[in-house]
Amino acid sequence: MNTIQTLIDAMTQGSIYALMAVGIGLVFGVLRLVNFAYGQLVMAGAYTLALTNGWNPALSIVTCFAVVIGLTMTMEVAAFRPLRNASPATMLVATFAISFLLQSIASLKFGILGRTVGTLTGLNRPIGDGRLLVRWVSIVAIVVAVIALAALVLLLNKTSLGLHMRAAAADFRTARLLGVRANLVISFAVLLSGVLAATVAVILTAGTPYVTSDYALRDTILVLVGVVVGGLDRLWSATLGGFAIGFATGALGGFLPSIGDWPFTSGVYLDSAVFGLVILVLLVRPDGLFVPRGRQTVERV
Amino acid sequence: MTAILELDGLEVRYGAVPAVRKLSFQVGKGEIVGLIGPNGAGKSTTLHAILGLVPAHAGEIRFEGRSIRGRSPEAVVRSGIALVPEGRRIYAHLTVEENLRLGLAGRRSRDLESLERDFEWVYELFPIVQEFARRHAGTLSGGQQQQLAIARALVARPDVLLLDEPSLGLAPQLVDVVFQALAAIRERGVTVLLVEQRAQRTVAFADRTYVLSNGELSTTLGPGDAGDTDRLIAAYFGR
Repeated sequence: MNTIQTLIDAMTQGSIYALMAVGIGLVFGVLRLVNFAYGQLVMAGAYTLALTNGWNPALSIVTCFAVVIGLTMTMEVAAFRPLRNASPATMLVATFAISFLLQSIASLKFGILGRTVGTLTGLNRPIGDGRLLVRWVSIVAIVVAVIALAALVLLLNKTSLGLHMRAAAADFRTARLLGVRANLVISFAVLLSGVLAATVAVILTAGTPYVTSDYALRDTILVLVGVVVGGLDRLWSATLGGFAIGFATGALGGFLPSIGDWPFTSGVYLDSAVFGLVILVLLVRPDGLFVPRGRQTVERV
Repeated sequence: MTAILELDGLEVRYGAVPAVRKLSFQVGKGEIVGLIGPNGAGKSTTLHAILGLVPAHAGEIRFEGRSIRGRSPEAVVRSGIALVPEGRRIYAHLTVEENLRLGLAGRRSRDLESLERDFEWVYELFPIVQEFARRHAGTLSGGQQQQLAIARALVARPDVLLLDEPSLGLAPQLVDVVFQALAAIRERGVTVLLVEQRAQRTVAFADRTYVLSNGELSTTLGPGDAGDTDRLIAAYFGR
């Protein structure tokens, strides 16, 4: 029973991280920009949900999407666009700055004590008679992730905008020389990443309702590590990488004893165990865990 | 002759190094114009400047009488100029059909009937593009990829087609295929600006061939000069 429960929890964590990985991977694909501030988009969504606690849940969620998408597009216009021809290092440092800026703003505006989201607390209830502690939010997270990923696959494979995005991700210059509109494709990718961030905010706050200014920061770092380990130059390998690190974190957290001294106490040594695995993977498969051998295009380590 | 594409005193620099100097020439509607010269003469740079990939330091680039200098590459392409890039630039992981559909990004007309006709024509010109539609483009041979690259540019239904060394690295019989296709493209009324290394063949084939040397226009040759090897060599090496 316990094993099943842990595996479902790990799947949940993996699904949420996969969504974040897609959000980061989409923008990387067209801009070659690693958005470190992605977690702060989720944080902004979480605060929006917390501040609209008394509202009708549907209205609260719509507001969350509006705020996160608005913030994402502001980021695109104010930061990404002026830096489009800058080096990847410059862009990464810029997103670091945005990340800390948004965290500081949140601390100043909402205090350091944090807020609690009550929008979808019903999802926190266990399914069934309570012997198996599977929460509704676990199922919702997995289902939403599957639907969102399926929709994205359809969009990328069946529409001309999706085709343009795939072409732009593989070779942006040639895509422009064929008449693909760079601004449109980039804005659309950034927009999608915002939609995914808002989705993650809604799911994450249902399971972890206590929102502080560093909300989703640790998740973002883990997802970034996951997409690098998976392989950042392909959307599907980045997504699998995100899922894998989420799954590993969830599973290790469940299987490792929560009390005792050795070998790895969950909570205390969880990060050590996860990053130990990451180092191992990078040593064995430096091209990315899910990238076919001999197909490296992006330097990772 | 009405010029459809016109360069007027074009200058392009990479940093302080001039790559194209005071280059002026005209391409008339429906013509095939060649652009030849040794490596580093500025042929590709000229194409890149027309397409807005590199900024023009001075001079004008006019398409159908209007200046297109300073426009973004996608804006230039969408106004009716298509490129067959050097090295083909096929998307290896996309299917042949998807590669072809990417060419539609530069197409202005959304009329489905003319679209179908254009696809039929392109398939007739390059049967392998239809035959291997579902294959990944990376599995095609170099010659087949070149045919796909030309087909991809043609479905945009351009008024002017720019080709950057389309015969590079191809076996002789495939070079024939490319030049036959160019003849068919001219019959359709598409204007062609052809950058090539195969000097003799280009001079014989084009209505007019400009020879570039050190970023400057050194000579203009006609089809009659193709047999005159000495003159060709002299023009090519700027002597």
